Amino acid sequence: MLWEVEIRPIGRDAERERVCDEFDLLTHSVRGMDTVSASARGYLLAGDLSLADVRGLCDQLLLDAVVERGTITELGASTTAHASTVLFKPGVMDPVALSVRRAAGDLGLAVREVRTFRRYFAPGVLPQADRDLLFRKVLANEAIEHVVSGPLHADHLTLGQPYRFQLVTVPLRELDDDALVALSQRGQLALTLDEMRTIQTHFRDLGRDPTDCELETLAQTWSEHCSHKTLKGTIDYTETVRGQTTTRRYGNLLKETIFAATQTIRQNLGSADWCVSVFSDNAGIVQFDDHHHVCIKVETHNRPSAIEPYGGANTGLGGVIRDVLGTGMGGKPICNTDVFCFARPDFPPEELPPGVLHPRRVIHGVVAGVRDYGNRMGIPTVNGSVTFDDRYLANPLVFCGTVGLIPVGMEWKQVHPGDLIVAVGGATGRDGIHGATFSSLELTEESEVISGGAVQIGNAIEEKKVLDVILQARDRGLYTAITDCGAGGFSSAVGEMGADTGAEVTLETAPLKYAGLSYTEIWISESQERMVLSVPPDKWPELEALCRSEDVTAAVLGRFTDTGRLKLTYNGEIVGDLDMHFLHDGRPRIIRQAQWSAPAVSDQPVRAGETVSPQEALVKILASLSVCSKEWIVRQYDHEVQAGSVIKPLTGLHHDGPSDAAVVAPVPDSWVGLAISNGLNPRYADLDPYIMAAAAIDEAVRNAVAVGGDPAHTAILDNFCWGNVHDPAMLGALVRTAEACRDVSIAYGTPFISGKDSLNNEYRSADRRITIPHTLLVTALARVPDVRRCVTMDLKEPGNRLLLVGDTRNALGGSHYHLVTGQTGGTAPMPDLQQAPRIFAAVHQAITAGLVRACHDLSEGGLAVAVAEMAFAGGIGADVTDLGQLPGADGLTDTARLFSESPTRFLLEVPPNHVEACLALFAGLPIHEIGHTVREPRLRIAGSAGEWLIYAKLSELKEAWQQPLRW
Amino acid sequence: MATPRVAILRAPGTNCDEDTAYAFRRVGATTTKFHINALRANPERCREFQILVVPGGFSYGDDVAAGKILATQMQQFLGDALREFRDQEKLILGICNGFQVLLKAGLIVPADEEGPMATLTHNTTGRYEDRWVHLRVTPGNCPFLTGLDRLEVPVAHGEGNFICRKEWILKGLAQSGQAVLRYCSPAGGPASYPQNPNGSQDDIAGVCDATGRVLGLMPHPERHILPTQNPNWTRTGLKPEGDGLALFRNAVHFFQ
Repeated sequence: MLWEVEIRPIGRDAERERVCDEFDLLTHSVRGMDTVSASARGYLLAGDLSLADVRGLCDQLLLDAVVERGTITELGASTTAHASTVLFKPGVMDPVALSVRRAAGDLGLAVREVRTFRRYFAPGVLPQADRDLLFRKVLANEAIEHVVSGPLHADHLTLGQPYRFQLVTVPLRELDDDALVALSQRGQLALTLDEMRTIQTHFRDLGRDPTDCELETLAQTWSEHCSHKTLKGTIDYTETVRGQTTTRRYGNLLKETIFAATQTIRQNLGSADWCVSVFSDNAGIVQFDDHHHVCIKVETHNRPSAIEPYGGANTGLGGVIRDVLGTGMGGKPICNTDVFCFARPDFPPEELPPGVLHPRRVIHGVVAGVRDYGNRMGIPTVNGSVTFDDRYLANPLVFCGTVGLIPVGMEWKQVHPGDLIVAVGGATGRDGIHGATFSSLELTEESEVISGGAVQIGNAIEEKKVLDVILQARDRGLYTAITDCGAGGFSSAVGEMGADTGAEVTLETAPLKYAGLSYTEIWISESQERMVLSVPPDKWPELEALCRSEDVTAAVLGRFTDTGRLKLTYNGEIVGDLDMHFLHDGRPRIIRQAQWSAPAVSDQPVRAGETVSPQEALVKILASLSVCSKEWIVRQYDHEVQAGSVIKPLTGLHHDGPSDAAVVAPVPDSWVGLAISNGLNPRYADLDPYIMAAAAIDEAVRNAVAVGGDPAHTAILDNFCWGNVHDPAMLGALVRTAEACRDVSIAYGTPFISGKDSLNNEYRSADRRITIPHTLLVTALARVPDVRRCVTMDLKEPGNRLLLVGDTRNALGGSHYHLVTGQTGGTAPMPDLQQAPRIFAAVHQAITAGLVRACHDLSEGGLAVAVAEMAFAGGIGADVTDLGQLPGADGLTDTARLFSESPTRFLLEVPPNHVEACLALFAGLPIHEIGHTVREPRLRIAGSAGEWLIYAKLSELKEAWQQPLRW
Repeated sequence: MATPRVAILRAPGTNCDEDTAYAFRRVGATTTKFHINALRANPERCREFQILVVPGGFSYGDDVAAGKILATQMQQFLGDALREFRDQEKLILGICNGFQVLLKAGLIVPADEEGPMATLTHNTTGRYEDRWVHLRVTPGNCPFLTGLDRLEVPVAHGEGNFICRKEWILKGLAQSGQAVLRYCSPAGGPASYPQNPNGSQDDIAGVCDATGRVLGLMPHPERHILPTQNPNWTRTGLKPEGDGLALFRNAVHFFQ
């Protein structure tokens, strides 16, 4: 019997309001309320159920009778005139349905299958255009959902059909080049001709054709996503600066720049080296205290988030959390960081390219996806930022990072031949088939439709259960190694774990979501919330019992061997038998060309915009999207769970000012903490990617130092998001960025410990090509020796001195001042690599000595924005009266002094009795007293001629800053 | 009895169990975490404890409605054990998701013949929010709150909007002294959004049962134990302890 339970709210219909608002925004109209008259949610239930059973289920479980009313009908019999029902497509993760089926079982009801739905009612027949817009853009996302008009029809809810085994081999030994390329494209393998030829030769030598499973395994392992073949490949680089052309060849760009810098720093530190494991495990590991190491990883999940923002962000965060859980013998996640790049939310809907979701919808979906996964996992999301640029329209960037704690002694893992291969967590379905190869392809307008299988929704509670049992199993010593199932699924996880040993996998033993999966689908499925463990046979009974006690599925998939081969069977039939050495080291090297030519720039100060007064410019910058308050987002994240919060993302008198970095104290009864921060500014890359990278590192470190992080114990991470690197100019910019990472990392003594790249972020249709700006996210993780010495950025009390640290130069190129005044060109802000580390050390000393009441870094909008933010966050006014004497600013206009984005600068609030001690710490470094704090709630900044350039109420400045994204 | 024993109930999705255990340990209690499956199998193990806590989190993902599935399980499998527990003058505490569970399990305000009397539903803003709030305490006979007047603690929830089925139920709770915690302005007056972060009727943030020994509250006292957790500590300096610790100390003192 199939039943339908429809539930409607009593009183306010918030879901209707939401979709009507969305309709209005997309149509520039106010017709939403005439289009959707009511909403409902509901369940389809299958099983041996009487009406009384379903009524009982409603009363006890499904319905909150205080605020909702429900209707029970046989499926399809409900009054659904002008109703549209939105259902997940078959096989899409529906956590609520799983929970209801389980809970109904607890109540003794034989519910076999459950599907959830949302339903929307129209007042009458809608015009076709409205209907199309509603169905396609507002009510549902075609990537994961479908819409049914009128009554539902179904005779069963069960998915899947029995699978009939048939071994598939791919005859490629006789194919010519064109046919090899066609095979790669048809199979979405994303392999190049050279790679296809190598595979062909390998199998010719073996005297047989590969199975589909073997070919897929090679494609996954050799994908850009898994092997980073471009950045680890050979690059011939040509650079032209002021007419001088130089060339150099990188055999392995990452190894020779970023990894090499870390090696240099570790050698310089000698016995004081605090790095533990870098660029080898799922996350980088560094020392924290006597009993704990800390690990961190930041991932991107851009393509899936472009197509299904909620699911993409959801599974992006879920994936990076598993990375930490799969680092060493298992890291306990202690906080998350999330950084996004979007197009502006008011982008004209009629100008959207085909197949591209509106940025507003992307923003809402991404934020909700991160919120729902992070909050449910009980991991505080403490840091992040959002950068807006219309070039992210078709390729929004979603960076998710997780920090974990690992007990000392648990930082290494070792698979032993004979250990069982155990899968723990979610069941395997057809989810995300081709996720790894897909994330290495460019998006086209067809992506929205054809790539649906690569988009998933996460089930955070499944992952939370896995986390709970894994940490217990770790502490009981029940396994010898662990990794997560990410891109490539079992193929990648087992392939990596067994790379040095060998593995035999019995694919039919994997727990499945539904029947009908082929052996290849089981092997490469990217179903979420799965971990792979190597378990000594004598520990398996205890592990199995532990998992069962907390409703976690665990299954033996095979065992690790000492054969050096990856052998796959399905019910005894061999479906794959690959040499591990060929799989991991057989990929031909890629050789790419890269070039960079310095754009002709003027070193002269750029003429300041005369049409905009300093005060207008300040207000405009505060209200610009990348600078303005992100409180709407931050409040939706639980940033305090685990109770380690010391410096929160929002700070100040009313908890609404922008913190430079978050600080957590993750170990109970210890005051040692961690500062987490980030730096990202793609606008500088338009002028020079080298400076962009240097500025991003400077910003990340500066933010951490500003709250009390120790610059001598700061690790950093790189995330490259780039356009099409087949274009030599694009790759040249990347090489230059990597070189900057090397130079600045060594100069600052801040080692890179982990990184990731996402290439080919480009949109192409018949008439349009949109490439993202060169984007490097630098994440910093700094140790805080004693969190009780931390400071926040809000001004604390009147009568204190304002000390500006660092040189102010003519660095308006790529600045927000240029953005709001419509200027281009100029010089981007390059840090002074000799002076910067000395400044960081001195600021850290001043903070730990307790001399500083407030500290804020100068970034977008420069001094004017920094002092404004400090003042309105603290509810304390400021008078800046000595703009004329800024260190390094000789010959600069007042505008440049106010808005220059020169790096390595801080504004300190110092009580009068500490000024002398503070200045002494900065001997030989640029520091200058520029003004003082006042009781009156206003900001005044005097120009060098003595007139007030800025004279504003704090409430006005704060309103300008809060208003744009107060959704 | 020097150190009362506290059982901290876990379910899939519980995530404030560690923080809550830490708060109780700070005031001298001993804590044991119990998975709901283990307690379901042996409900009589409740007898080993003096305090039972349902901590915050997203039990079963908040699927269906926040706390609903765990509430149904508690009614179904632990009803007798919990009533016995309460009748033995022991304490039950539900924080955030735990409050949603206790309320929906009928352990705070039992249902009448017309159904549940009150619920916790979606915030009027329509979204999850993490923010600090001021609470006005009217302790009545609730041992957790003895001697308390005001608390500053954070909330972090999407479904904390306390709604009674009828006006008389709301008035009844106030008259019987069960509405023990209310959101208030910093000065202690009536709260408007965001001081009342979810739209709860009568600014209600926490309710106890008729005995006073079963308390549910949306805010998180276990997140204000250390002085460094206070969002204003860099302005006002470090206090000896966080406001929330008093609630846990009271619970322990009740048995001493």
